Amino acid sequence: MADLSINFAGIRSPNPFWLASAPPTNSGAQVHRAFEAGWGGAVWKTIGAPVLNVSNRYGAWHYGGQRMLAINNVELISDRSLEVNLREIRDVKRHWPDRAVIVSAMVESKPEAWREIVLKIEDTGADGIELNYGCPHGMSERGMGSAVGQVPEYCQQITSWVTEVARIPVIVKLTPNVASVVPPARAALAAGAHGLSLINTINSIIGVDLDTFELIPNIGGKGGHGGYAGPAVKPIALNLLSSLGVDEVVRKSGVPISGMGGITTWRDAAEFLLLGATSLQVCTAVMHYGFRIIEDLVDGLNAWMDAKGFKTIAEVVGKSLPRISDFNDFDLSFRAVARINPEKCIRCNLCYVACNDTAHQCIDLVDAQGNVVPPFRYDVHSNGKREALSTRPQPRVREEDCVGCRLCHNVCPVEGCIEMVEVPSGRPPVTWRELMQTRPEVTEDWSAMERYRKEVGIEIH
Amino acid sequence: MQQVIKPEEVLKEYHPPLTDHEALVEAHRCLYCYDAPCTHACPTHIDIPKFIKKIASGNLVGSARTILEANLMGATCARVCPVEELCEGACVLNAEEKPIMIGRLQRYATDYVYERGIDVFKPGPPTGKRVAVIGAGPAGLTCAGELAKLGYSVTVFEKRELAGGLSTYGIIVLREPVEVALAEVEMVKRLGVEVKTGMELGRNLSWEEVRAGYDAVFLGVGLGAVPKLGIPGEEQVVDGLSYIEASKMNPAGLKVGRQVVVIGAGNTAVDCATIAKRLGAERVTMVYRRSEREMTAYPHEYEFAKKEGIEFRFLTQPVEVLLEGGQVVGLKCVRMRLGAPDASGRPAPEPVPGSEFVLPCDQVVKAIGQEKPWLAQMLGLETEKGFIKVNQDYETSLPGVYAGGDCIRARGSASTVMAVQDGKLAAFAIHRRLTQSLGMAAD
Repeated sequence: MADLSINFAGIRSPNPFWLASAPPTNSGAQVHRAFEAGWGGAVWKTIGAPVLNVSNRYGAWHYGGQRMLAINNVELISDRSLEVNLREIRDVKRHWPDRAVIVSAMVESKPEAWREIVLKIEDTGADGIELNYGCPHGMSERGMGSAVGQVPEYCQQITSWVTEVARIPVIVKLTPNVASVVPPARAALAAGAHGLSLINTINSIIGVDLDTFELIPNIGGKGGHGGYAGPAVKPIALNLLSSLGVDEVVRKSGVPISGMGGITTWRDAAEFLLLGATSLQVCTAVMHYGFRIIEDLVDGLNAWMDAKGFKTIAEVVGKSLPRISDFNDFDLSFRAVARINPEKCIRCNLCYVACNDTAHQCIDLVDAQGNVVPPFRYDVHSNGKREALSTRPQPRVREEDCVGCRLCHNVCPVEGCIEMVEVPSGRPPVTWRELMQTRPEVTEDWSAMERYRKEVGIEIH
Repeated sequence: MQQVIKPEEVLKEYHPPLTDHEALVEAHRCLYCYDAPCTHACPTHIDIPKFIKKIASGNLVGSARTILEANLMGATCARVCPVEELCEGACVLNAEEKPIMIGRLQRYATDYVYERGIDVFKPGPPTGKRVAVIGAGPAGLTCAGELAKLGYSVTVFEKRELAGGLSTYGIIVLREPVEVALAEVEMVKRLGVEVKTGMELGRNLSWEEVRAGYDAVFLGVGLGAVPKLGIPGEEQVVDGLSYIEASKMNPAGLKVGRQVVVIGAGNTAVDCATIAKRLGAERVTMVYRRSEREMTAYPHEYEFAKKEGIEFRFLTQPVEVLLEGGQVVGLKCVRMRLGAPDASGRPAPEPVPGSEFVLPCDQVVKAIGQEKPWLAQMLGLETEKGFIKVNQDYETSLPGVYAGGDCIRARGSASTVMAVQDGKLAAFAIHRRLTQSLGMAAD
């Protein structure tokens, strides 16, 4: 059994899984139940400025029969009074001394307002404070949330008001609704933040009702952008997380990062750890299935860590970050081709149509004798399962023409049927950056490029 | 107290319709194969992935249109097709999990338009040409409907009281309610086809009139009665097709024995046995002179029969129906063994001398196939193994006279879906012939 406990800027929790600041952490009763289920920590739903909420505040994106691949919301910060929240936070922390209780806060952009909320939070015995600079709706229109997170100067200013008075760790939660999360992250660090967390939700509109032409969800005939979260945002979150992980300033600061955005299973969790997250926050998956999902998050992560020989979370954190690169540094001589395992192939021929219509036309259909045949070649009088199956052609990659684009691998419905196999290209490794330095004309002029291709033996068909 | 059997309950359609949720989940499960094997396996080549994805996208009218474009009797075929041998049997998911329920999805989509009275096709612009169709079964109705879509003035002559052929009279309600068959007839009528029932060639319809009054003729006359067994006591044997017909048209009036023997082991025999069992027979035994391996019922039908509690006596040949006072009291049989292959390529059954025995029963039903179409002789048509002979274009030896359905099925097994394909292709061939004569290009 691996040790899943973490120490996040001094905040300890028995496992890296925290409930994100969101509806699941709206009340003491909920957080109690979550801790009973095994959650390592909880970031309390943001407290601060007074608000009023609306109905139909959660929208969702369903796809292919799958419910809630993403959720969006226009819910505001806690609509329960400050006193009630503070009392329940104190109560939860007293009952659960081993769990991480972090309180998310958002108040007007005034130093005294921030000082006041910080002192009140500290008074509960909470382990840390998360500054909500991410909420993209409702609060941002009032100059809070993402309105702060999008402007590094505001980030720095407000964070410094907090760090000046706070005696417990301060985490700054970043908005993804920016061109780069690095400047606001650096600003938070410059102001003394002890941790960073990301991503908050993404601006989104879920959809339009095709009968009424109203927005989904419909709020009294109107609708608007809300914060997008859930499985569908995971790749965006991983990218933004890694962009912090590879930033020199962030890395040198040694400040831990709490990663979130679509974490649903232990697999997602492991990926966030590998790309530099120390703690993991979860919201949508819990809103979909309840607190009970913590069991397999912990169990699955544990099993994976044991299988890979990891003893502690710290050994996993950031392990894949050295792999993060950019196109300029990719080896242009790396070559892989698709290979279809005929034993596993069920002959749905989705790879064929994908390659032929939209990629690089290098998959053939071949009959039992190995002859290349066109699709739809059966006679109108042919029928029955025996004829259909016995004459059905099979897809086969023409490896010499395959550019290794990987589309067929992605569309294949059978696990392990189409593999991308590395093959020697016969060319020495070279990157675009190196080409720009050593052969700049090749990167600027098509005829120079053609000569270069001929020289090194690159043929584009 | 004796249990009262309500035919409308015990014979009602076996599969319930898919719920919206079931249909959606199943439609999403379909992989959307390219050049899909299910479509190849379907004799009418319905673009199955296309109609299924339209269910998934919520375009149900488009889904039904996709089905009916290829198969005008799509609602019937959704119910009666041996999908295990056709589309579902060819589904690529057989390898990985279980095949898509194509038949039931097809029923979901076609029911959608029939229940709402939505017509997905319109009659074509009139060509001024007239076509006669003899027989309002699946082949005839399909041919008529396809021609009406192309603008022909089509008259269907049907000898029975109701149109629909075997869909109406010959398929047990458990598989297809009568209403489904009749709804298809109405749909074809709304395309402008005139259906004249109670009209039979040689009885109240003259062949000369038909030839003179129409530019082309399509024969979809099906097959004849169940052939004779040629054994003593045969006059008390019930005709299997009549048995099924009674179960549909007048189930309360159908006399079912306590101990019923069904002679034959094809799909119709299974249907007869099912009716008997469900309508209260204590014991139903199917008797077949060959073995389990040679039986012509589809494997899934055989499984179904066994689950129904129907018993089987293979390698058993009936030799005499035993009567007492005109009442059936038993079926005398002889045991058989398999010998050298016969003309059909199957081992020929031979009687085992001295092995006679009696199966006690009070009703014997025979379902041993159907007589060849008698019309061929009457019209002087060339035949093949007794079936009407047609060329690639479904044209008979008489120019301008086409045929399709069971009456031409010299090879392969008869089925509704094959009849539909015949009717469709014959309609296209008739169209080509009649547009050529007009000097127009055929589609």
